[in-house]
Amino acid sequence: MIKISQRLLGPVTLLLLVLTFWLGLWVTPPDAVQGDLVRLLYIHPPIAWVALYVSFGTATIASCLYLWQRTRSDNLDRIASCSMEISVVFIVLTLITGSIWGRPTWGVWWAWDARLTSTAILGVFALAYLALRRANDDPALRARRSAVFAILTAINVPIIHFSVVWWKTLHQGASVLTSTGQLNVHGSMLATMLVGFVGFTLLFFWLLRERYRLEVKRDLRVAHTVDEALALRRREGV
Amino acid sequence: MPGDQAVVHLTNAVVMSQGFPLLSGADLEVERGCLVVVTGANGAGKTSLLRLLGGLDTLTSGAGSVAGVDLIDGDLRLLRRRVGWLGHEGSFYGDLSVRENLVFAAKALERPLDDVEDALTRVGLAHRADTTTKQLSAGQRRRLGLAWLLVRRPELWLLDEPYASLDDAGREYFDHLLGDVLAAGATVVVSAHDPLRSGDLSPRTVHMAGGRVVAS
Amino acid sequence: MTRVAWLVAAKDLRIEARSRVLLWQVLPFGVIALLLSGLALGPTQAGRSSAGPGLFYLVTLFVTLLMINRSQALENAAGTKASVATLGLDPAGVFLGKALALTIELWVTGVVLLAGSVLLLHTALIGTVHALPSILVTLATLAAAGTLYGALTQGGDGPATLLPVLTLPAFAPLLIAGERSFSAALHGGALWEWWVIVVVALVAYTAVGILLYGVLEES
Repeated sequence: MIKISQRLLGPVTLLLLVLTFWLGLWVTPPDAVQGDLVRLLYIHPPIAWVALYVSFGTATIASCLYLWQRTRSDNLDRIASCSMEISVVFIVLTLITGSIWGRPTWGVWWAWDARLTSTAILGVFALAYLALRRANDDPALRARRSAVFAILTAINVPIIHFSVVWWKTLHQGASVLTSTGQLNVHGSMLATMLVGFVGFTLLFFWLLRERYRLEVKRDLRVAHTVDEALALRRREGV
Repeated sequence: MPGDQAVVHLTNAVVMSQGFPLLSGADLEVERGCLVVVTGANGAGKTSLLRLLGGLDTLTSGAGSVAGVDLIDGDLRLLRRRVGWLGHEGSFYGDLSVRENLVFAAKALERPLDDVEDALTRVGLAHRADTTTKQLSAGQRRRLGLAWLLVRRPELWLLDEPYASLDDAGREYFDHLLGDVLAAGATVVVSAHDPLRSGDLSPRTVHMAGGRVVAS
Repeated sequence: MTRVAWLVAAKDLRIEARSRVLLWQVLPFGVIALLLSGLALGPTQAGRSSAGPGLFYLVTLFVTLLMINRSQALENAAGTKASVATLGLDPAGVFLGKALALTIELWVTGVVLLAGSVLLLHTALIGTVHALPSILVTLATLAAAGTLYGALTQGGDGPATLLPVLTLPAFAPLLIAGERSFSAALHGGALWEWWVIVVVALVAYTAVGILLYGVLEES
């Protein structure tokens, strides 16, 4: 069952993304107020959702499990680091799509809006995580420090969110659900947005799986190198 | 007096650092109350072995226990409290005085502060007690390191090339101190390029090369 | 834990009092940075008190980076790290001690920079005094966070250049909360949201430090 779903992950992801773009660009009507600009909303919120919740959440959970001795394993460290890499990509896409939407709406490519600003700060956190990993060659040291940093980042998510929101906000209000739980988006637009959410979420897991496989291959290569290094070292004593 | 219980037990110990095997499968047994001298050329793995025994580096593969603490699953912080380390470099806070460094060590381990003055007198640094350690000579810093160990009274002493920077009088004093420490029941592992000159101590000598013990 | 915390804090503060790096290097840097920030604003803007809180905190962040590096460097001198490791100090106590010492050093620096802010950037004296409680708590939070992030950078490549990359994103919400609460004290406005941010951050960093500093020390 697992093997079937793994084999289907790529094709289903591709299908849903193609469907999102087709529905978003050709099928759904323009918005009454935003016109064709609304079509960005079929991809911008899903990308942001993946960037800030799915990938950060995956990295944080994997890091917590890594630090707990009972569940510690190199696989969890790989999952955490791959998730953060993907998070960086999606955060950049969030900022780009957000800026493209913001230019005609606010008149500028960048406004000190709460969500854009907090997203940018979290993007720097993700880059810092990668910088920390590159600064440490020892695998165990790198894994422990990265895990602690990921947890510190997770703690900062609500702190950054509230500090920036209270500081300033220009962003439009909730796009899908209002604060009273009423649906703001209807019909084909809602369906397209939901397809987008599912499609981009699956895209994250597909990217995670592929990146994880690359990481395993790389570590296997390193393990061979370690065996060779041991053999060479032992010959020094002969 | 030497007992028959092993304080150190290593089997095929491997320690990797940045892809390089510092130890490539070291085997070692050290019994309680013994003096072991680890010899070998530069890069043989002597310091790495001592660091592993002190819980300062972690085992990558193999098995081992030191002072009753397992090197894989055990509490390395507990191990570190049981060992005393004297490295090549200075071991202290350069801006603190000799006495302040020793008082810090004594308070950290909840030892009586009287031990500080005794230790200073024994190593011949009582007259420099208020000097900051960065003003000491290399030999005096080495004596301070010994004083630090005397305050600590660990059950396992790990001395990395302790004779470096000592003059003849210093070396003789050091051998005398080693004798006292062994008589008090401690176990001592010393790394040196050559076997000890003193004939009184009857050490066991192990030779390292290529990150392993090749002769004992 | 508490015993070790006092021991480590006393040791760090004694070293600072002996070496006077804070007095002769960090404080002059802070004052120069305040001067430069005034110059960067230009002659008409330089004396405006509305810029004071932000510039005070911006300079404080850079000073904090210097102090964090200094605090960690004390433990990482050749040989010191190994010898101190064999003392087996409770890592939670070490974290609290280093954070406490760093807090006191930042408070001293903060008072000097506040004086500079009043003098050079014309922030009102009474308002600055009213802002003091929030400033002191914000600086304590920077110290707790900085001690944690500082420990993450030691032993790897380029700790001095890695530290700003790791800490500045975390300092961003503290910069916002600090600047807003300082401005509120000067010009009026709600304070409670900023207190919530700073206190929550302080509690969170302290809890993580007590729980996980040992993991970083094992590293």
